[in-house]
Amino acid sequence: MSPFALERWQALFNDFGIFGKAFLYTLAISICALILALALGIIFGSMSASKNKFLKGVSRVYVELYQNIPLLIQFVVVYYGFPIVNEHLMLSAFWTAVLCVGLYHGAYISEVIRSGIEAVPRGQLEAAESQGFSYQESMRLIILPQAIRMIIPPLTNQVVNLIKNTSTIALIGGADLIFTAKSWSSGNLSFIPAFIAVGVLYFILCFPLATYGRKIEERNKDSYSI
Amino acid sequence: MSLSEQAQQVFTPANMKFLMEGLMLTLWISLLAIVFSTFFGTILAVMRNGKNKFFKILAGIYIEIVRNVPNLLWIFVIFLIFKLKSVPAGVTSFTVFTSAALAEIIRGGLNGVPNGQVEAGKSQGFSDFQILTIIVLPQAIRKMLPAIISQFVTVIKDTSFLYSTIALQELFGSSQILMGKYYQAGQVFMLYGTVALIYFVINFVISQFSRKLSKSWANSLE
Repeated sequence: MSPFALERWQALFNDFGIFGKAFLYTLAISICALILALALGIIFGSMSASKNKFLKGVSRVYVELYQNIPLLIQFVVVYYGFPIVNEHLMLSAFWTAVLCVGLYHGAYISEVIRSGIEAVPRGQLEAAESQGFSYQESMRLIILPQAIRMIIPPLTNQVVNLIKNTSTIALIGGADLIFTAKSWSSGNLSFIPAFIAVGVLYFILCFPLATYGRKIEERNKDSYSI
Repeated sequence: MSLSEQAQQVFTPANMKFLMEGLMLTLWISLLAIVFSTFFGTILAVMRNGKNKFFKILAGIYIEIVRNVPNLLWIFVIFLIFKLKSVPAGVTSFTVFTSAALAEIIRGGLNGVPNGQVEAGKSQGFSDFQILTIIVLPQAIRKMLPAIISQFVTVIKDTSFLYSTIALQELFGSSQILMGKYYQAGQVFMLYGTVALIYFVINFVISQFSRKLSKSWANSLE
Protein backbone atom coordinates (compact mmCIF):
# COMPACT_ATOMS: atom_id res chain seq x y z
CA MET A 1 0.00 0.00 0.00
CA SER A 2 1.34 3.41 -0.91
CA PRO A 3 2.33 5.53 2.07
CA PHE A 4 -0.12 8.15 0.85
CA ALA A 5 -3.02 5.72 0.29
CA LEU A 6 -6.51 6.96 1.06
CA GLU A 7 -7.16 4.15 3.53
CA ARG A 8 -4.34 5.38 5.73
CA TRP A 9 -5.97 8.78 5.89
CA GLN A 10 -9.29 7.18 6.72
CA ALA A 11 -7.63 5.29 9.57
CA LEU A 12 -6.20 8.57 10.77
CA PHE A 13 -9.56 10.34 10.73
CA ASN A 14 -11.20 7.44 12.56
CA ASP A 15 -8.68 7.87 15.35
CA PHE A 16 -8.65 11.63 15.22
CA GLY A 17 -10.00 11.83 18.77
CA ILE A 18 -6.61 10.68 20.10
CA PHE A 19 -4.88 13.45 18.18
CA GLY A 20 -7.41 16.00 19.41
CA LYS A 21 -6.70 14.94 22.97
CA ALA A 22 -2.95 15.14 22.36
CA PHE A 23 -3.41 18.62 20.89
CA LEU A 24 -5.19 19.78 24.04
CA TYR A 25 -2.48 18.17 26.17
CA THR A 26 0.25 20.04 24.25
CA LEU A 27 -1.79 23.24 24.49
CA ALA A 28 -2.28 22.84 28.25
CA ILE A 29 1.45 22.31 28.88
CA SER A 30 2.24 25.30 26.67
CA ILE A 31 -0.14 27.60 28.53
CA CYS A 32 1.00 26.52 32.00
CA ALA A 33 4.68 26.67 31.03
CA LEU A 34 4.17 30.06 29.41
CA ILE A 35 2.65 31.49 32.58
CA LEU A 36 5.64 30.23 34.59
CA ALA A 37 8.14 31.43 31.97
CA LEU A 38 6.57 34.89 31.77
CA ALA A 39 6.57 35.25 35.56
CA LEU A 40 10.21 34.17 35.81
CA GLY A 41 11.19 36.22 32.77
CA ILE A 42 9.65 39.41 34.15
CA ILE A 43 11.22 38.89 37.60
CA PHE A 44 14.71 37.99 36.37
CA GLY A 45 14.60 40.37 33.39
CA SER A 46 13.85 43.37 35.58
CA MET A 47 16.46 42.15 38.07
CA SER A 48 19.14 42.17 35.39
CA ALA A 49 18.05 45.58 34.12
CA SER A 50 18.32 47.04 37.64
CA LYS A 51 21.41 48.76 39.04
CA ASN A 52 21.89 46.33 41.92
CA LYS A 53 24.96 44.20 41.20
CA PHE A 54 23.82 41.25 43.33
CA LEU A 55 20.42 41.00 41.62
CA LYS A 56 22.14 41.33 38.26
CA GLY A 57 24.52 38.49 39.15
CA VAL A 58 21.74 36.16 40.31
CA SER A 59 19.84 36.73 37.10
CA ARG A 60 22.99 36.19 35.00
CA VAL A 61 23.66 32.83 36.66
CA TYR A 62 20.08 31.69 36.09
CA VAL A 63 20.11 32.74 32.44
CA GLU A 64 23.50 31.20 31.62
CA LEU A 65 22.72 27.91 33.36
CA TYR A 66 19.41 27.44 31.60
CA GLN A 67 20.51 28.65 28.19
CA ASN A 68 23.56 26.42 28.03
CA ILE A 69 22.29 23.07 29.33
CA PRO A 70 20.05 20.92 27.10
CA LEU A 71 16.38 20.92 28.01
CA LEU A 72 16.26 17.12 27.86
CA ILE A 73 18.81 16.85 30.70
CA GLN A 74 16.58 19.04 32.82
CA PHE A 75 13.66 16.76 31.98
CA VAL A 76 15.45 13.54 32.96
CA VAL A 77 16.89 15.04 36.14
CA VAL A 78 13.44 16.12 37.29
CA TYR A 79 11.54 13.08 36.03
CA TYR A 80 13.98 10.27 36.82
CA GLY A 81 16.46 11.90 39.19
CA PHE A 82 14.26 13.63 41.77
CA PRO A 83 12.28 10.49 42.74
CA ILE A 84 15.55 8.67 43.54
CA VAL A 85 16.39 11.35 46.10
CA ASN A 86 12.95 11.38 47.67
CA GLU A 87 9.78 9.62 46.56
CA HIS A 88 7.70 12.70 47.38
CA LEU A 89 9.54 14.58 44.64
CA MET A 90 7.89 12.50 41.95
CA LEU A 91 6.21 14.73 39.36
CA SER A 92 3.91 13.58 36.58
CA ALA A 93 5.22 13.96 33.03
CA PHE A 94 2.84 16.89 32.59
CA TRP A 95 4.17 18.89 35.54
CA THR A 96 7.76 17.93 34.73
CA ALA A 97 7.26 19.53 31.33
CA VAL A 98 5.59 22.62 32.76
CA LEU A 99 8.40 23.08 35.28
CA CYS A 100 11.31 22.39 32.90
CA VAL A 101 9.98 24.24 29.87
CA GLY A 102 8.85 27.11 32.09
CA LEU A 103 12.28 27.47 33.72
CA TYR A 104 14.08 27.05 30.41
CA HIS A 105 12.12 29.69 28.54
CA GLY A 106 11.97 31.90 31.63
CA ALA A 107 15.70 32.36 31.08
CA TYR A 108 15.20 33.31 27.42
CA ILE A 109 12.29 35.65 28.19
CA SER A 110 14.37 37.27 30.92
CA GLU A 111 16.98 38.14 28.29
CA VAL A 112 14.30 39.43 25.94
CA ILE A 113 12.93 41.72 28.65
CA ARG A 114 16.37 42.92 29.73
CA SER A 115 17.43 43.84 26.21
CA GLY A 116 14.04 45.49 25.60
CA ILE A 117 14.50 47.74 28.63
CA GLU A 118 18.13 48.41 27.76
CA ALA A 119 17.19 49.33 24.18
CA VAL A 120 15.37 52.43 25.44
CA PRO A 121 18.07 55.12 25.52
CA ARG A 122 19.27 56.17 28.98
CA GLY A 123 18.55 59.78 28.07
CA GLN A 124 14.84 58.99 28.29
CA LEU A 125 15.12 58.04 31.95
CA GLU A 126 17.29 61.05 32.69
CA ALA A 127 14.88 63.35 30.86
CA ALA A 128 11.95 61.89 32.80
CA GLU A 129 13.71 62.25 36.14
CA SER A 130 14.76 65.80 35.29
CA GLN A 131 11.07 66.58 34.80
CA GLY A 132 10.37 65.45 38.34
CA PHE A 133 9.03 61.95 37.61
CA SER A 134 9.97 59.37 40.22
CA TYR A 135 11.89 56.26 39.09
CA GLN A 136 8.69 54.19 39.30
CA GLU A 137 6.71 56.76 37.32
CA SER A 138 9.31 57.16 34.60
CA MET A 139 9.56 53.38 34.25
CA ARG A 140 5.79 52.98 34.05
CA LEU A 141 4.98 55.98 31.88
CA ILE A 142 8.05 56.42 29.70
CA ILE A 143 10.43 53.47 29.59
CA LEU A 144 8.08 50.44 29.64
CA PRO A 145 5.64 51.63 26.93
CA GLN A 146 8.62 51.98 24.60
CA ALA A 147 10.27 48.78 25.77
CA ILE A 148 7.13 46.70 25.23
CA ARG A 149 7.10 47.46 21.52
CA MET A 150 10.66 46.25 21.29
CA ILE A 151 9.90 43.19 23.40
CA ILE A 152 6.85 41.84 21.54
CA PRO A 153 8.58 40.45 18.42
CA PRO A 154 11.30 38.43 20.21
CA LEU A 155 8.74 37.45 22.84
CA THR A 156 6.39 35.88 20.29
CA ASN A 157 9.43 34.10 18.91
CA GLN A 158 10.06 32.65 22.37
CA VAL A 159 6.43 31.59 22.69
CA VAL A 160 6.74 29.69 19.41
CA ASN A 161 9.93 28.03 20.67
CA LEU A 162 8.22 27.19 23.94
CA ILE A 163 5.35 25.47 22.16
CA LYS A 164 7.79 23.50 20.02
CA ASN A 165 9.93 22.56 23.02
CA THR A 166 7.01 21.10 24.94
CA SER A 167 7.45 18.17 22.53
CA THR A 168 10.48 17.10 24.60
CA ILE A 169 7.88 15.50 26.87
CA ALA A 170 7.44 12.81 24.21
CA LEU A 171 10.88 11.47 25.16
CA ILE A 172 9.78 10.76 28.75
CA GLY A 173 6.48 9.27 27.63
CA GLY A 174 4.00 12.12 28.00
CA ALA A 175 1.09 11.69 25.59
CA ASP A 176 1.60 14.90 23.60
CA LEU A 177 1.26 15.37 19.83
CA ILE A 178 4.66 13.97 18.87
CA PHE A 179 4.35 10.96 21.16
CA THR A 180 0.87 10.25 19.86
CA ALA A 181 1.99 10.55 16.24
CA LYS A 182 4.82 8.13 16.86
CA SER A 183 2.89 5.53 18.82
CA TRP A 184 -0.17 5.69 16.55
CA SER A 185 1.92 5.39 13.40
CA SER A 186 4.06 2.51 14.63
CA GLY A 187 0.87 0.71 15.62
CA ASN A 188 -0.67 1.33 12.20
CA LEU A 189 2.60 1.21 10.22
CA SER A 190 1.52 4.45 8.65
CA PHE A 191 3.90 7.30 9.31
CA ILE A 192 3.17 9.96 6.75
CA PRO A 193 -0.48 10.80 7.53
CA ALA A 194 0.22 10.97 11.26
CA PHE A 195 3.30 13.18 10.85
CA ILE A 196 1.51 15.47 8.43
CA ALA A 197 -1.50 15.78 10.73
CA VAL A 198 0.66 16.58 13.74
CA GLY A 199 2.81 18.97 11.72
CA VAL A 200 -0.33 20.82 10.63
CA LEU A 201 -1.58 21.04 14.22
CA TYR A 202 1.71 22.55 15.42
CA PHE A 203 1.74 24.88 12.42
CA ILE A 204 -1.75 26.16 13.26
CA LEU A 205 -0.50 26.95 16.74
CA CYS A 206 2.84 28.53 15.82
CA PHE A 207 2.50 30.21 12.44
CA PRO A 208 -0.03 32.92 13.41
CA LEU A 209 2.14 33.85 16.41
CA ALA A 210 5.31 34.02 14.33
CA THR A 211 3.56 36.11 11.67
CA TYR A 212 2.15 38.49 14.27
CA GLY A 213 5.63 38.95 15.75
CA ARG A 214 7.11 39.73 12.36
CA LYS A 215 4.36 42.26 11.60
CA ILE A 216 5.00 44.15 14.82
CA GLU A 217 8.73 44.07 14.10
CA GLU A 218 8.24 45.58 10.65
CA ARG A 219 5.86 48.19 12.02
CA ASN A 220 8.43 49.13 14.68
CA LYS A 221 11.06 49.55 12.00
CA ASP A 222 8.80 51.84 9.96
CA SER A 223 7.44 53.93 12.81
CA TYR A 224 10.63 55.04 14.46
CA SER A 225 13.98 53.72 15.42
CA ILE A 226 15.22 53.78 18.97
CA MET B 1 28.48 3.57 50.57
CA SER B 2 30.20 6.88 51.26
CA LEU B 3 30.09 9.62 48.67
CA SER B 4 33.79 9.32 47.85
CA GLU B 5 33.40 5.58 47.23
CA GLN B 6 30.43 6.34 44.98
CA ALA B 7 32.50 8.93 43.15
CA GLN B 8 35.30 6.43 42.65
CA GLN B 9 32.88 4.08 40.94
CA VAL B 10 31.47 6.82 38.70
CA PHE B 11 34.58 8.74 37.72
CA THR B 12 36.56 5.82 36.32
CA PRO B 13 38.87 6.40 33.36
CA ALA B 14 36.75 4.01 31.29
CA ASN B 15 33.55 5.98 32.03
CA MET B 16 35.19 9.30 31.27
CA LYS B 17 36.58 7.96 28.03
CA PHE B 18 33.10 6.72 27.12
CA LEU B 19 31.64 10.17 27.77
CA MET B 20 34.40 11.84 25.74
CA GLU B 21 33.61 9.60 22.78
CA GLY B 22 29.99 10.70 23.05
CA LEU B 23 31.10 14.30 23.25
CA MET B 24 33.20 13.93 20.09
CA LEU B 25 30.17 12.59 18.22
CA THR B 26 28.02 15.46 19.53
CA LEU B 27 30.55 18.04 18.36
CA TRP B 28 31.11 16.31 15.04
CA ILE B 29 27.40 16.12 14.21
CA SER B 30 26.82 19.70 15.33
CA LEU B 31 29.74 20.97 13.26
CA LEU B 32 28.60 19.16 10.12
CA ALA B 33 25.03 20.33 10.62
CA ILE B 34 26.15 23.95 11.06
CA VAL B 35 28.39 23.86 7.98
CA PHE B 36 25.72 22.31 5.76
CA SER B 37 23.03 24.57 7.19
CA THR B 38 25.06 27.71 6.56
CA PHE B 39 25.41 26.61 2.94
CA PHE B 40 21.72 25.77 2.42
CA GLY B 41 20.62 28.65 4.62
CA THR B 42 22.49 31.11 2.39
CA ILE B 43 20.78 29.68 -0.69
CA LEU B 44 17.37 29.89 0.99
CA ALA B 45 18.03 33.45 2.18
CA VAL B 46 19.09 34.62 -1.28
CA MET B 47 16.05 32.87 -2.79
CA ARG B 48 13.65 34.49 -0.33
CA ASN B 49 15.26 37.89 -0.82
CA GLY B 50 15.44 37.65 -4.60
CA LYS B 51 13.23 38.94 -7.36
CA ASN B 52 12.13 35.59 -8.79
CA LYS B 53 8.64 35.06 -7.35
CA PHE B 54 8.66 31.29 -7.67
CA PHE B 55 11.89 30.82 -5.71
CA LYS B 56 10.77 33.43 -3.22
CA ILE B 57 7.56 31.59 -2.43
CA LEU B 58 9.28 28.21 -2.42
CA ALA B 59 11.90 29.34 0.10
CA GLY B 60 9.23 31.10 2.17
CA ILE B 61 7.12 27.94 2.38
CA TYR B 62 10.09 25.81 3.36
CA ILE B 63 11.27 28.22 6.03
CA GLU B 64 7.84 28.79 7.57
CA ILE B 65 6.85 25.13 7.64
CA VAL B 66 10.14 23.99 9.12
CA ARG B 67 10.32 26.75 11.71
CA ASN B 68 6.79 26.31 13.02
CA VAL B 69 6.98 22.58 13.69
CA PRO B 70 9.12 21.00 16.47
CA ASN B 71 12.59 19.66 15.66
CA LEU B 72 11.62 16.36 17.18
CA LEU B 73 9.07 15.79 14.44
CA TRP B 74 11.69 16.39 11.75
CA ILE B 75 14.03 13.91 13.38
CA PHE B 76 11.33 11.24 13.34
CA VAL B 77 10.33 12.12 9.79
CA ILE B 78 13.89 11.85 8.48
CA PHE B 79 14.61 8.68 10.40
CA LEU B 80 11.37 6.77 9.86
CA ILE B 81 10.51 7.83 6.34
CA PHE B 82 13.91 8.07 4.70
CA LYS B 83 15.37 5.19 6.72
CA LEU B 84 18.90 6.55 6.92
CA LYS B 85 21.53 5.20 9.32
CA SER B 86 21.66 7.08 12.59
CA VAL B 87 24.65 9.40 12.00
CA PRO B 88 23.56 10.56 8.52
CA ALA B 89 19.97 10.76 9.80
CA GLY B 90 21.12 12.95 12.67
CA VAL B 91 23.14 15.28 10.45
CA THR B 92 20.35 15.42 7.85
CA SER B 93 17.56 16.18 10.27
CA PHE B 94 19.60 18.90 11.97
CA THR B 95 20.51 20.36 8.61
CA VAL B 96 16.82 20.41 7.62
CA PHE B 97 15.70 22.63 10.47
CA THR B 98 18.89 24.54 11.21
CA SER B 99 19.12 25.72 7.60
CA ALA B 100 15.67 27.31 7.98
CA ALA B 101 16.76 29.07 11.16
CA LEU B 102 20.03 30.21 9.59
CA ALA B 103 18.25 31.38 6.43
CA GLU B 104 16.38 33.93 8.52
CA ILE B 105 19.55 35.01 10.32
CA ILE B 106 21.41 35.42 7.03
CA ARG B 107 18.48 37.25 5.45
CA GLY B 108 18.41 39.62 8.41
CA GLY B 109 22.14 40.25 7.94
CA LEU B 110 21.81 40.92 4.23
CA ASN B 111 18.79 43.20 4.73
CA GLY B 112 20.61 45.00 7.52
CA VAL B 113 23.05 46.55 5.06
CA PRO B 114 21.56 49.94 4.08
CA ASN B 115 20.35 50.24 0.51
CA GLY B 116 22.48 53.37 0.06
CA GLN B 117 25.55 51.14 0.15
CA VAL B 118 24.36 49.26 -2.93
CA GLU B 119 23.47 52.49 -4.71
CA ALA B 120 26.82 54.01 -3.83
CA GLY B 121 28.53 50.92 -5.22
CA LYS B 122 26.52 51.14 -8.45
CA SER B 123 27.29 54.83 -8.85
CA GLN B 124 30.98 53.96 -8.67
CA GLY B 125 30.60 51.47 -11.51
CA PHE B 126 30.84 48.24 -9.50
CA SER B 127 29.12 45.19 -10.99
CA ASP B 128 26.34 43.43 -9.02
CA PHE B 129 28.72 40.63 -8.13
CA GLN B 130 31.36 43.07 -6.92
CA ILE B 131 28.78 44.94 -4.88
CA LEU B 132 27.71 41.69 -3.22
CA THR B 133 31.20 40.38 -2.50
CA ILE B 134 33.11 43.59 -1.77
CA ILE B 135 30.48 45.83 -0.21
CA VAL B 136 27.44 43.93 1.09
CA LEU B 137 28.88 40.61 2.33
CA PRO B 138 31.70 41.98 4.49
CA GLN B 139 29.21 44.18 6.32
CA ALA B 140 26.50 41.52 6.45
CA ILE B 141 28.90 38.92 7.85
CA ARG B 142 29.67 41.20 10.78
CA LYS B 143 25.98 41.40 11.51
CA MET B 144 25.18 37.71 11.15
CA LEU B 145 28.28 35.77 12.22
CA PRO B 146 27.64 36.19 15.96
CA ALA B 147 24.09 34.87 15.49
CA ILE B 148 25.34 31.95 13.38
CA ILE B 149 27.87 31.07 16.08
CA SER B 150 25.27 31.23 18.82
CA GLN B 151 23.06 28.95 16.74
CA PHE B 152 25.79 26.39 17.36
CA VAL B 153 24.74 26.32 21.02
CA THR B 154 21.17 25.49 20.03
CA VAL B 155 22.35 22.68 17.77
CA ILE B 156 24.66 21.19 20.42
CA LYS B 157 21.86 21.25 22.99
CA ASP B 158 19.29 19.76 20.65
CA THR B 159 21.50 16.90 19.47
CA SER B 160 20.73 15.46 22.92
CA PHE B 161 17.39 14.41 21.37
CA LEU B 162 19.18 11.99 19.07
CA TYR B 163 19.72 9.24 21.61
CA SER B 164 16.08 8.82 22.59
CA THR B 165 14.85 9.19 19.02
CA ILE B 166 17.31 7.33 16.84
CA ALA B 167 19.68 5.67 19.34
CA LEU B 168 22.62 7.80 18.32
CA GLN B 169 25.26 7.57 21.02
CA GLU B 170 26.18 11.20 21.46
CA LEU B 171 27.09 12.80 24.80
CA PHE B 172 23.64 12.56 26.36
CA GLY B 173 23.24 9.03 24.98
CA SER B 174 26.54 7.88 26.49
CA SER B 175 25.48 9.25 29.85
CA GLN B 176 22.17 7.42 29.61
CA ILE B 177 23.97 4.17 28.86
CA LEU B 178 26.29 4.62 31.85
CA MET B 179 23.29 5.54 33.98
CA GLY B 180 22.05 1.96 33.64
CA LYS B 181 24.82 0.78 35.99
CA TYR B 182 24.02 3.14 38.85
CA TYR B 183 21.01 3.32 41.08
CA GLN B 184 22.21 5.30 44.10
CA ALA B 185 21.05 8.90 44.17
CA GLY B 186 24.59 10.20 44.69
CA GLN B 187 25.97 8.34 41.69
CA VAL B 188 23.06 9.20 39.41
CA PHE B 189 23.40 12.88 40.23
CA MET B 190 27.19 12.79 39.82
CA LEU B 191 26.66 11.53 36.30
CA TYR B 192 23.88 14.01 35.50
CA GLY B 193 26.03 16.75 36.98
CA THR B 194 29.07 15.79 34.92
CA VAL B 195 27.15 15.71 31.66
CA ALA B 196 25.35 18.97 32.42
CA LEU B 197 28.72 20.54 33.27
CA ILE B 198 30.30 19.39 30.00
CA TYR B 199 27.42 20.84 27.97
CA PHE B 200 27.49 24.00 30.05
CA VAL B 201 31.22 24.66 29.67
CA ILE B 202 31.23 24.15 25.91
CA ASN B 203 28.07 26.15 25.26
CA PHE B 204 29.05 28.90 27.68
CA VAL B 205 32.37 29.38 25.91
CA ILE B 206 30.65 29.52 22.52
CA SER B 207 27.95 31.94 23.65
CA GLN B 208 30.48 34.21 25.40
CA PHE B 209 32.61 34.23 22.25
CA SER B 210 29.63 35.14 20.10
CA ARG B 211 28.64 37.92 22.51
CA LYS B 212 32.19 39.36 22.52
CA LEU B 213 32.31 39.24 18.74
CA SER B 214 29.00 41.03 18.32
CA LYS B 215 30.02 43.70 20.86
CA SER B 216 33.40 44.43 19.31
CA TRP B 217 31.92 44.55 15.82
CA ALA B 218 29.01 46.70 16.91
CA ASN B 219 31.51 49.26 18.20
CA SER B 220 33.69 49.21 15.10
CA LEU B 221 30.79 49.62 12.66
CA GLU B 222 29.35 52.96 11.54
